[in-house]
Amino acid sequence: MTDILASLLIMAGLFFFMAGSIGLLRFPDLYSRLHALTKADNLGLGLLIIGLALHLRDPLIALKLLLIWLAVLAAGATSAHLIARHARRREKHV
Amino acid sequence: MNATMLLIFDALLLASIIGLAWAALASADARRSVILFIAFGLLLAVAWGRLLAPDVALAEAAIGAGLTGALLLAALQWQPRKTADTTNSEQPTHTLLETGFRWLVTLLCAALAGMLAWSLTQIDAGTAKDALANAVAANIDASGVSNPVTAVLLNFRAYDTLLELAVLLTAVLGIFALGPAQAGYRIAGPVFTSLTRWLTPLLILTAGYLLWVGAHAPGGAFQAGATLAAAGVVLRLAGRDQIGLPRGNALRIALGAGVGMFLLVGLALFALGRPFLGYPPAWAGALILLIETAAMLAIAATLVSAFIGGQPTEEKTRC
Amino acid sequence: MTELLAIVTLGLMFSLFLGLLRILRGPGAGNRMLAAQLIGTTGVAMLLLLSLLLDQYALIDVALILALLAAVAAAAFTGQQRESGHD
Repeated sequence: MTDILASLLIMAGLFFFMAGSIGLLRFPDLYSRLHALTKADNLGLGLLIIGLALHLRDPLIALKLLLIWLAVLAAGATSAHLIARHARRREKHV
Repeated sequence: MNATMLLIFDALLLASIIGLAWAALASADARRSVILFIAFGLLLAVAWGRLLAPDVALAEAAIGAGLTGALLLAALQWQPRKTADTTNSEQPTHTLLETGFRWLVTLLCAALAGMLAWSLTQIDAGTAKDALANAVAANIDASGVSNPVTAVLLNFRAYDTLLELAVLLTAVLGIFALGPAQAGYRIAGPVFTSLTRWLTPLLILTAGYLLWVGAHAPGGAFQAGATLAAAGVVLRLAGRDQIGLPRGNALRIALGAGVGMFLLVGLALFALGRPFLGYPPAWAGALILLIETAAMLAIAATLVSAFIGGQPTEEKTRC
Repeated sequence: MTELLAIVTLGLMFSLFLGLLRILRGPGAGNRMLAAQLIGTTGVAMLLLLSLLLDQYALIDVALILALLAAVAAAAFTGQQRESGHD
């Protein structure tokens, strides 16, 4: 039962990764592409990590996986902000 | 089924790595090259993992994907004019000397690749592949650690590691010869500053974890040192003047700690009538941890010195 | 389960391949940096899946390091250095 749930979560994770990459490729400008990074990919990683944690059933590894997800979330949000601000400043200068 | 899929995965990973390497080399814009190189480092870490070499993957993740990228981007900012010029001129002109050097590098790389390919065929042909692994496995109980990589690096081939640390020490002398360090970064905005507030302790904690886990699982002084250095780099990027790098004599002690502790342990054993760096099995684990701790500090101090790009200036007030 | 993991790992590789097109095409350093960031996140996910597939739990530590250092490149990319000499 949990394995079915885990499989579903992992596949859902892959779906969001795919959506993120397609967004990065298809969206018209930098600011909309930022969404691919901060939303789709981080959600995809989160789903994948919950799926893996369910599959492994080891609380310590689950904790480490959770830490990885939190780190990626924070890093994704921060770097999206930094890149957007950088691009905005460039635009103002030009 | 799984094997086929992993084979396709390998082929795509290989194509990506080679493609990124090519694009990074072929680019006329230095900044583009650096960003491509960062992506190249990320994929290389995955590739080492795929090759069942987690020790190397850890080092590549910490140094290749994290520190080298920051180092190159920082170096690029010191000469913005020059980069802008190269971007504007469509066809960068190469002098005869440059072209010659390019061919020389290409030839040397080809020779190295040929040698590696040749040694690969030799491994498959003979029995040499298992001989080394078997020798390590047979003696691992006497090494004081259970991770074979740490056993080789810190015990069986400790000479090599000692000399590597000496190379790092020499590199620091080269960096200090460049003169005083760069002025540093402007104070970062609230978003990055709040990230550093919890990322820095987490990086220091992870460094300690990697150092400790190195005795029985992938990890060790190099990976831990690079992670510890990343904490300093993050603080520097946030615009701080105090980035945990000691000053004056304390810095000199930290930089020399790796080689110093190695020599101290080696010579002490020598005085006790054992071979140089021939640890008694009962003490090996503790001695290895002692040396690795010192080496971690030295490696971290070296990498941070490389990032600040010169000798740290004495206490200076901010503008 | 391992078959699913292999399929998802391969799927992630395809997704990363799409990201590579953006890093090669640009335009501009900002777009490339963004694509590199995406490759980092996908790399973390691939390492986690590989750790199960190859039975190498140490790869989770590699993913942890990549995750912790994910913001460093972007910060170095956007950070502005102080003028040396007159500050």
